[in-house]
Amino acid sequence: MKFVDEFRDADTAHALSAKIAALCAPGRQYKLMEVCGGHTHTIYKHGLEDYLPESITLVHGPGCPVCVIPMGRVDDAMALASEPDVILTSFGDMMRVPGSKGSFFDAKAAGTDIRMVYSPLDSLKIARNNPDKRVVFMAIGFETTAPSTAMTIMRAAAEGLGNFSVFCNHVTIIPAIKAILDSPDLRLDGFIGPGHVSTVIGCRPYEFIAREYGKPVVTAGFEPLDILQSIYMLMLQLSEGRSEVENQYSRVVPWDGNPTALKVIGETMELRPYFEWRGLGFISHSALSVREKYAQFDAELLFDVPGVRVADPKACQCGEVLKGVLKPWECKVFGTACTPETPIGTCMVSPEGACAAYYNFGRMNRHRVKEAVTIEVGRP
Amino acid sequence: MCLGIPGEVIELLPDQPDLARVDVSGVRRVINIGLLADDLPAPGEWVLIHVGFALSKIDEAEAAAALQFLEGIGQAYADELEALADSRIE
Amino acid sequence: MTEAGWVEQALREHDEHHAHDTAAGRDQVADREQREQQVLDRIDRARRRRPRVREERITMSHGAGGKATATLIEAVFLDAFRNPQLEPLEDAASLTVGSARVALTTDSYVVSPLFFPGGDIGELAINGTVNDLAVSGATPLYLSAGFILEEGFPVADLTRIAESMRAAAAAAGIQVVTGDTKVVQRGNADGCYINTAGVGLLDRDVPLGVAHAQPGDAIIVSGPIGDHGITIMLARGELDIEADVQSDTAPLNGMVAGLLDAVPGVRAMRDATRGGVATILNEIAKSADVGVLVNEDDIPVRPEVRGAAELLGIDPMYVACEGRLVAVVAGDQADQALAALRTHPLGAQASLIGHVTDGPPGIVHLKTAFGGTRIVDLLVGDPLPRIC
Repeated sequence: MKFVDEFRDADTAHALSAKIAALCAPGRQYKLMEVCGGHTHTIYKHGLEDYLPESITLVHGPGCPVCVIPMGRVDDAMALASEPDVILTSFGDMMRVPGSKGSFFDAKAAGTDIRMVYSPLDSLKIARNNPDKRVVFMAIGFETTAPSTAMTIMRAAAEGLGNFSVFCNHVTIIPAIKAILDSPDLRLDGFIGPGHVSTVIGCRPYEFIAREYGKPVVTAGFEPLDILQSIYMLMLQLSEGRSEVENQYSRVVPWDGNPTALKVIGETMELRPYFEWRGLGFISHSALSVREKYAQFDAELLFDVPGVRVADPKACQCGEVLKGVLKPWECKVFGTACTPETPIGTCMVSPEGACAAYYNFGRMNRHRVKEAVTIEVGRP
Repeated sequence: MCLGIPGEVIELLPDQPDLARVDVSGVRRVINIGLLADDLPAPGEWVLIHVGFALSKIDEAEAAAALQFLEGIGQAYADELEALADSRIE
Repeated sequence: MTEAGWVEQALREHDEHHAHDTAAGRDQVADREQREQQVLDRIDRARRRRPRVREERITMSHGAGGKATATLIEAVFLDAFRNPQLEPLEDAASLTVGSARVALTTDSYVVSPLFFPGGDIGELAINGTVNDLAVSGATPLYLSAGFILEEGFPVADLTRIAESMRAAAAAAGIQVVTGDTKVVQRGNADGCYINTAGVGLLDRDVPLGVAHAQPGDAIIVSGPIGDHGITIMLARGELDIEADVQSDTAPLNGMVAGLLDAVPGVRAMRDATRGGVATILNEIAKSADVGVLVNEDDIPVRPEVRGAAELLGIDPMYVACEGRLVAVVAGDQADQALAALRTHPLGAQASLIGHVTDGPPGIVHLKTAFGGTRIVDLLVGDPLPRIC
């Protein structure tokens, strides 16, 4: 696959790995955070940590927009879906996220009309094909996905579609990063910047991290070599005492982002004064809602949304995992009471969450496995 | 929300200016290119696809530059290993 | 503000089982690596607990072939029917009838759409049943075919399906000797469901079963994976993706006979249907309590299947096949096994994908194409398309 295979070469990885190790100052520990669920997924899926020296720890920040949706909002969506003439449409990622009474999947089993879609445009199609039903699209995602929802709303307006609306749960990345940077118990050395969010917002929004907090940022692609190269670039900055924003993913990310995408977001949505992020609490100006101009497409206005808050269980330590203070396996309920089947907190809820990724892909003793991997059994 | 896949634009749909057919490793899908309205992709160009929309064009020159850097590192490493193997101290 | 009841329940259950696991005990172990291992051990114990179905209603996960299916089978059916022939939970049961050893299997086919590139529900039904018998080491002989038809289903479609089955049966060398027909009201049965049972003769004296796998054994897959599942996903038309993929449905009994003739050291075979190759690897690891290590580079996947899977964010290892098998073979006979499979058209791309190891038992490790290592666990439910 073009633009994919070339960035997955193992030999180059070894070379980068050596260069990264050479940049580590003796006796010093480094903590690098990535804030993108896709990066978490790539790191674990390809076993990238095997290429890093012990002195570098990768920390997985709040980069999974599915994970940060509070249980109460899932309950709200289910309430919408259980209106008799409503078809709720959602991305696959949301289908198994449990609210206080179960997930979309469970509700579907009990007869609620919830359908999985690949694109918000598929929801429009369902709305056109079912004029007697009201179709609600559960919109989730960072700024990466918001433009697609925006375009869909504008298309619905252009077509004069009367039975389509959006339950908007889009969140924005910068306030979350700032919340992490401002927490007192944090020790981070640098950021691996989100890849696809940056195609929309560009690289400029991260400049405050370098300027005001003195931490280097490198916007990274999603192939394993992209991430390794980005780590190399971060380590180079650290060894040279620089703190700048650099763009490793320049083949896809324009420095100024995508003005059209930003325009359509601005046209159809506005920032909420505050929004609750699971595991992080309330963050101001961190989420989007549908603008008044497009009120007829705002599910929160068209329907009675319960809006009940569901508390995160006291046993849940997701907040500390999200800030990199704890590793997934250091959480007291990791893997026992909290598993991908019974995800107690945000980090386990979606395959991109740090705990889920570690449970599904990384749950192994690296040293014992290194022995197992080098054994060549049964061969002449 | 991060899954973006590179795809090659095969054709713009004649009756629908917003839409294009793309090819991903032999698999084809119609996607919306409205977010690239200022600089529409032409057949043969590559785009990043996310939930049925093209988010960005993939710059082949930048991709080549990144690859060159990586290959350079790979080559330098291979050279170094070779030098190490060849050198003797005794 | 409310609380989630199911969370309290999960915490309570955990506390009951692990009352002796105190935080204090854990903190005393200073070494980080040891602490992590303690946690991994605790998780292993939790995973080995007796399976319980938590849900009150059946969901689509229970039919996906992954964790939920396994739990349902063990907790509900194995519990109810328990007997020595059922316990192994292999693809077919091995029975003694008089002086003969026979294998008996059953399957139901509920695929939608009924007709898809590469085949239809009828062909699937014949081949699937034949394959379950073949991988159990039996020579498939006779099938039954029960039809549940929806009121309003076109007779022409039914005729087409029956003709497919005739052709598939002939190709596999078996006969459909008995059957049943029921009609249900419009709105049920999605057009047509087919249930089959198959009987084969266990005429080889070779004990097969995943529990026989041992460290050093080679793991072989007979061809490229994921074709069928991706074909069906695309054929449903909801994803608006066009691709040149078709189902790999095929009868494997001829190829299996060739393999068993040439290689005495075959420990087990499974056909890679629902849940894909990843599920079978986990079954091997769990059943024989061994480790499994496979190499991503060696697992064959067609480019179009890979492309569609990438686009959807699905891992081909979990996608169903209908004409592929996974074989566990004594390590020193791997080359012979590959040669035997490759002489058959259906096994032309047979590949050695990994080995059984004495690594951490019950766990499947994958060496990625990139060189790192990770785990391949059972999926919780269907491989849902990811967008993220």
